Amino acid sequence: MSITEQNSALAKANDRLTAELDAPVPVRRKRWLRRLVRNPTALVGVIILGLVVLLALSAPFIWPEPNKQSLVNARKPPGTPGHFLGTDDLGRDMLARMAHGAQVPLLVSLAAVFISGAIGVVLGLLSGYFGGFLDDFIGWLANVQLAFPFILLSIAVVAVVGKGTGTLIALIGVTSWVVYSRVVRGETLALRNKEFIESARAIGVPTSGILLRHILPNVVTSLTVIATFEVARIIILESALSFLSLGVDDNTPSWGEMLARGKQQISVAWWMPTFPGIAIMLTVLAINLVGDWLREEFDPRLQV
Amino acid sequence: MAKFIIRRLIGAVFVMLGVSFVVFFLLFLKGDPASALLAQDATKEQVDQLRRDLGFNDPIPVQYGRFVSKAITGDLGTSLFEGRPTTEVVLERLPATLQLAVAAFLVSLLIAFPIGILSAARRNSFIDYFGRILALIGQSVPVFWLGILMILVFAVNLNWLPTSGYGEWKHLVMPAIALGLFTTARTTRLVRSTMLEVLSQEYIRTARAKGLTQLTLLRRHALKNALIPIVTVLGLDFATLLGGAVITETIFAWPGIGQLAIQSISRKDYPVVQGVVLIIAFGYVMINLLVDLLYAYLNPRIRYD
Repeated sequence: MSITEQNSALAKANDRLTAELDAPVPVRRKRWLRRLVRNPTALVGVIILGLVVLLALSAPFIWPEPNKQSLVNARKPPGTPGHFLGTDDLGRDMLARMAHGAQVPLLVSLAAVFISGAIGVVLGLLSGYFGGFLDDFIGWLANVQLAFPFILLSIAVVAVVGKGTGTLIALIGVTSWVVYSRVVRGETLALRNKEFIESARAIGVPTSGILLRHILPNVVTSLTVIATFEVARIIILESALSFLSLGVDDNTPSWGEMLARGKQQISVAWWMPTFPGIAIMLTVLAINLVGDWLREEFDPRLQV
Repeated sequence: MAKFIIRRLIGAVFVMLGVSFVVFFLLFLKGDPASALLAQDATKEQVDQLRRDLGFNDPIPVQYGRFVSKAITGDLGTSLFEGRPTTEVVLERLPATLQLAVAAFLVSLLIAFPIGILSAARRNSFIDYFGRILALIGQSVPVFWLGILMILVFAVNLNWLPTSGYGEWKHLVMPAIALGLFTTARTTRLVRSTMLEVLSQEYIRTARAKGLTQLTLLRRHALKNALIPIVTVLGLDFATLLGGAVITETIFAWPGIGQLAIQSISRKDYPVVQGVVLIIAFGYVMINLLVDLLYAYLNPRIRYD
């Protein structure tokens, strides 16, 4: 074979490769969906979660006034015409308030997960990459953080600044970073002396670039799995705080607040404390199912 | 070993310093601690008076130094509501919380160990699936809701147990179960996975080949070795229960420090809230330390440096 022939053969091979690389790759997403459909428990989780989100988003349009009182209709049992899940002691429709009540846990948990995730990722990257004093200091911070039982810490904070959705998000966001930082630190430690990191360093990539563009993408899947379980944990936390009336303002419907109200009426209206609890349980169960599935798919060795 | 103990002790002291720092500065979250302590309609004279009485006019590092040096001697200030020393008010309520936490701990162990061990010994059997479903549900049910459901069923409908209160053993049953289930799911999973790991070891196969019965094998060879990692988590579980007691105490009107903390918010009795947080955090750090030491003692393979 002459050199020109060789060259043209090489050029052809090259063209084929480029064509293959340029071809659209829709396969992955399809496989992902198919796997989800094949896993019935995860599918149930996704469906329940979808319904909860839909209910929360559509609540303001279907039930514009969740706090509308009607004392004539107080404590109507479930199945009463117009009140599928009954009414509370002020005659407010349970279903309407529960639909509105889904907004607070979803909003708080998502916002808090973003805040705590960001803090945890930054501290974990720094801790694992630099080690030394910084690592010791962040480890100490984590130990101090873990020494506080969360509910007690919230009591102390609410005692000073008062309650409200903002306080709740800030409080949970600032105090939930340890779980992310531990995982990110561990993975960063394992990665920092790998060859591709050393080459990046050798060609002069700045430290921030190494951390954010070369190490962070490797921990994203673990982070996604942790964040999912954290959303579930925070939904329970939020409802616990609202139950203790340390959560949202009194006029905002939330499942925890409805539970607390229902507890007062427990001997005369069983449905009042029962339904909000079922809502919390189903939502958290759904998220845990999705989380289990994500873990199996992406990161089977991760311990959460 | 001595070096290890000293290192851990120093670590614990530093963590407690951090904890005291946070508890102290929480009061400054809103700027002026004196107005945070008084009702909103307090006059300027009242605020000034309190500021002088509690030394809020001093520089903050001086105040923090005073707070820590007093706390070390057990002086956590005076309860604004009761007018007695905070330490006294908090310690009075501690036995009830400990009683509840210990009972809950026992409930948790009594469920977690049998189910965990059986699930591991008969992997993929009915009891294994049952245990896993139980753990999944246990993870998803809010404990305070479970408490309410129990009141609804056993107190309101069946009238077997009192809805709330303190005194007889009957009062303890529901709070202990409700709180105990808080950690049961996690403990069950841990017992199961640790036992599974131990059971896959070579020496277990040897013991089985020797002709030991399943029970002796589980009890004398597997459980003993599985206990080491389990014990460390159990210590932390107990600490979690101390914190979780806050909600359970509120539901069942149990007169422990959790209820005290909640009451103190509406009374604006901040020193008591501070005291409760400090004492529970102190307990947590101490339990952690003990667990670390116990772990080192139980597992001779651990390195002390």
